[in-house]
Amino acid sequence: MLSRIVRTVSNQLIVFVLIFGLYLIMHGHDSPGGGFQGGAVVASGVAMLLVAFGSGEIIQWLHVRRLTVVACIGALVFIAIAFAGTGTTFFYNFLLGTPIFGGVPPPGPGHGHVWSGGIIPLMEIAIGFIVMAGLSAVVLAMARFSGGKEIEE
Amino acid sequence: MEHIPLNFPFLAAMLLVGISLYIIVFKRNLIKLVMGVAILSSAINLFLVSLGYRAGGVAPIYTDAPEGSMVLPVPQALTLTNIVIGVAVLALMLTLVIHIYRNTGDIDSHKSRILKG
Amino acid sequence: MRQVVGLVLLLILVSLLLWGVLVMRDFGYPPSDMDDYMIEHAQQETGSNNVVAGVLLDYRGLDTLGEVTVLFTAVTGVLLLFRTLKRREENC
Repeated sequence: MLSRIVRTVSNQLIVFVLIFGLYLIMHGHDSPGGGFQGGAVVASGVAMLLVAFGSGEIIQWLHVRRLTVVACIGALVFIAIAFAGTGTTFFYNFLLGTPIFGGVPPPGPGHGHVWSGGIIPLMEIAIGFIVMAGLSAVVLAMARFSGGKEIEE
Repeated sequence: MEHIPLNFPFLAAMLLVGISLYIIVFKRNLIKLVMGVAILSSAINLFLVSLGYRAGGVAPIYTDAPEGSMVLPVPQALTLTNIVIGVAVLALMLTLVIHIYRNTGDIDSHKSRILKG
Repeated sequence: MRQVVGLVLLLILVSLLLWGVLVMRDFGYPPSDMDDYMIEHAQQETGSNNVVAGVLLDYRGLDTLGEVTVLFTAVTGVLLLFRTLKRREENC
């Protein structure tokens, strides 16, 4: 556990880190970003909390078992969306043209809009869940079980 | 951008590959070996991205894109794949190094060959 | 002796790599038939403005499926190894 200044600042900063990560996940299909990048940003926020507060305090409200459940749910949603287009082909973009995420942007450079892309935004969200839960679980497990003494100040 | 002589990014990527192979073959510390594999992964990322670069190109994203031709998107997608797989392999290798240290009390790759035949 | 042989082999390999790079095509002018098709048609065919996301999740979706599988397997392996480590320390 680090000093009071570091704890307070990271306590305020985690909100913005989470918002930025979720923004990257949700806008992955019309701006730079995507599931992997946003999930990595969220996991880095967890790592920041881990450095500031120490693993003994974080492990009380962020359990590795729950994180693995979230990662499994993300993987199952990904596979389910991939199989849902099997009527045409595997990974068919069956939502394009329907009212749900069905918009097609005008060709050429222009302003994108979120309500487009078919299955791509849904898959980005599923991948985001997998990556943020998986990397957070790895970081937590490494901090928790790799031994050594916590840094006390 | 003007014409770059001597394929400079490719040369840099190959020099990184040479450095990482030297580390992997000759260093005896297992942590340094893992670092060598990470440098190898980064060298491959640099090589892929510079394969897909087009002179004067912009990022392949149509939202408020500036004028100019776009760089190739497929090497960028493969680079993203390689980054994620590199992170996964790095975590697994570090976990194995921790296991070896707990079991043998050493991270020297010559002394801790439990499976040496 | 083995170190000298290894060093010589490494130098030969690296010089081969550098020679291959020196006789390669020019930097910045890639052959790009497939990528031109994707840049042109990705907006209409996948509906996403980000061509990289379109390539990653629509044209090459199976690739991403394998990537997710690798990531998931690595996370499972890390958690499994740490679990055995913890159990062994509790037994000792």
